[in-house]
Amino acid sequence: MIENRPIITFLSHLFLIFGILIIAFPIWITFVAATHDAVRMVQIPLPLLPGDQFFENLKETLTRGMKGASAPPVGFMLLNSLIMAMMIAVGKIAISLLSAFAIVYFRFPFRMAFFWMIFITLMLPVEVRILPTFEVVANLGMLNSYWGLSIPLIASATATFMFRQVFLTIPDELLEAARIDGAGPLRFFRDILIPLSRTNIAALFVILFIYGWNQYLWPLLITTDQSMYTVVMGIKQMLDAAEQSPDWHLIMMTSLLAMLPPVLVVVLMQSLFVKGLTETEK
Amino acid sequence: MLKRVHFGPSALPYLLVAPQIIITLIFFIWPASQALYQSLLIQDAFGLSTEFVWFENFKELFTDEHYFGAFKRTIIFSFSVAALSMGFALTLAAMADRVIKGATTYRTLLIWPYAVAPVLAGALWVFMLDPTLGIFTYMLGSFGYEWNHKLNGNEAMLLVIFASAWKQVAYNFLFFLAGMQAIPKSLIEAAAIDGAGPVRRFITIVFPLISPTTFFLLVLNVVYAFFETFGIVHTVTQGGPAKATEILVYKVFNDGFIGLDLGGSAAQSVILMLIVIVLTVVQFRYVERKVEYT
Repeated sequence: MIENRPIITFLSHLFLIFGILIIAFPIWITFVAATHDAVRMVQIPLPLLPGDQFFENLKETLTRGMKGASAPPVGFMLLNSLIMAMMIAVGKIAISLLSAFAIVYFRFPFRMAFFWMIFITLMLPVEVRILPTFEVVANLGMLNSYWGLSIPLIASATATFMFRQVFLTIPDELLEAARIDGAGPLRFFRDILIPLSRTNIAALFVILFIYGWNQYLWPLLITTDQSMYTVVMGIKQMLDAAEQSPDWHLIMMTSLLAMLPPVLVVVLMQSLFVKGLTETEK
Repeated sequence: MLKRVHFGPSALPYLLVAPQIIITLIFFIWPASQALYQSLLIQDAFGLSTEFVWFENFKELFTDEHYFGAFKRTIIFSFSVAALSMGFALTLAAMADRVIKGATTYRTLLIWPYAVAPVLAGALWVFMLDPTLGIFTYMLGSFGYEWNHKLNGNEAMLLVIFASAWKQVAYNFLFFLAGMQAIPKSLIEAAAIDGAGPVRRFITIVFPLISPTTFFLLVLNVVYAFFETFGIVHTVTQGGPAKATEILVYKVFNDGFIGLDLGGSAAQSVILMLIVIVLTVVQFRYVERKVEYT
């Protein structure tokens, strides 16, 4: 504290609380909508306080899904999302660890060429190569599969750079000691590098899990089979159906369920999340 | 870059980089080169014949007023999202940097929207501003304003901007707060002893010192608004009404997948790629300089 100005401090608190209310208001409305039944959700004005239908709505959403929407039950879509997010996060971390290891600890022809090739992926987000990537995946017969959902997204320049950075800070003496003790490259990788980068792996996992869970455009393109829908794209199907019969209580319950896992990850693993975010973005 | 001490030559490093390189080649480099190639072709309506036309597709794009409109719209959209979310986040961060009690609690309560998918942000806002049922529509109605983003293009644009900016506040807040907390306290104290009040200190010391963070966030926000907001536009407005919210990424998707204009869509992809390359170069040059500072 530099000076004691109680009024300004009080105003700061007031403004922060006001900011939090603005940020949280949409979520509050979502929660409230998820606790009322269909009849209440078509009466204007809509409620601002929660009702008593939360568990009924939860059960209906998880097991039956929404009538009229061409989407499977939400419980099923949540499972698909979880599998996709885990495959993307684990896949990205695994292949990035391996390539960073090769680039930092080995001298071999085309090393820099490989490095730049990985770097280029930063400049090619899915959004700019939609059609041709879709064609490749279709030709490989990977439409409507978990492989198709995850593999094309797991090349990662940011993760590779981050692990490269981490490996460069590991003292050379460790490698010398390991070699004197007769450890080969893979042994060194498994017993020294992986344990030393454990926190970085965890931090990256938090970020990548959120990234994977929130994918929208890619699943939208390559899944036509309802059994492969993820919950984030299922919301879109429900909104389309809402044009005819606005079952907002079910849509909002699904939204709530769809945002819960990543939000929980952020709140519960806050320090890892902050670490991951600041390390991957520079 | 390379360790002073490293392993001797073997085939092992090739095996280690293989998964990453194979995926990059199949799903990144090959499709991108396909997009480049297709952008030089024109295909007839039935996909029966293709003709190599050099830069005809690009010429067509640059004379197309719809494309020009989408470009202008994207720029307005991106800078509005960046200005709104960064402005709000900066004010919040300045306040959070000031208070000592409860700073971590405030941070927890402000950062979680980062985890909400853009599509869900869109769904929440479209629900609150639904023309017949929405709670904000009702409030606006009681002031005598009739909100209907399904008919009014400007309102649709505002809705998309609000939903996109809402989600991005968390991210900007986190980086602004980190930037402010990295400023040495002695600087602020010296200014306070010289009689500068909180506002003056913010304008003359804090804001100039966090300008690298501000610039970095501006680039990242523009990237976010250009590419990651596809989900919001797709759920909230589908580019409508009357193309009022059709941004570049949405147009690529729409022309390619719905309109099946392969050459035109590929040409748009190529232009977007150039934009990403420019933004990435700007971002990395800035990071280089930041490393020199510290």
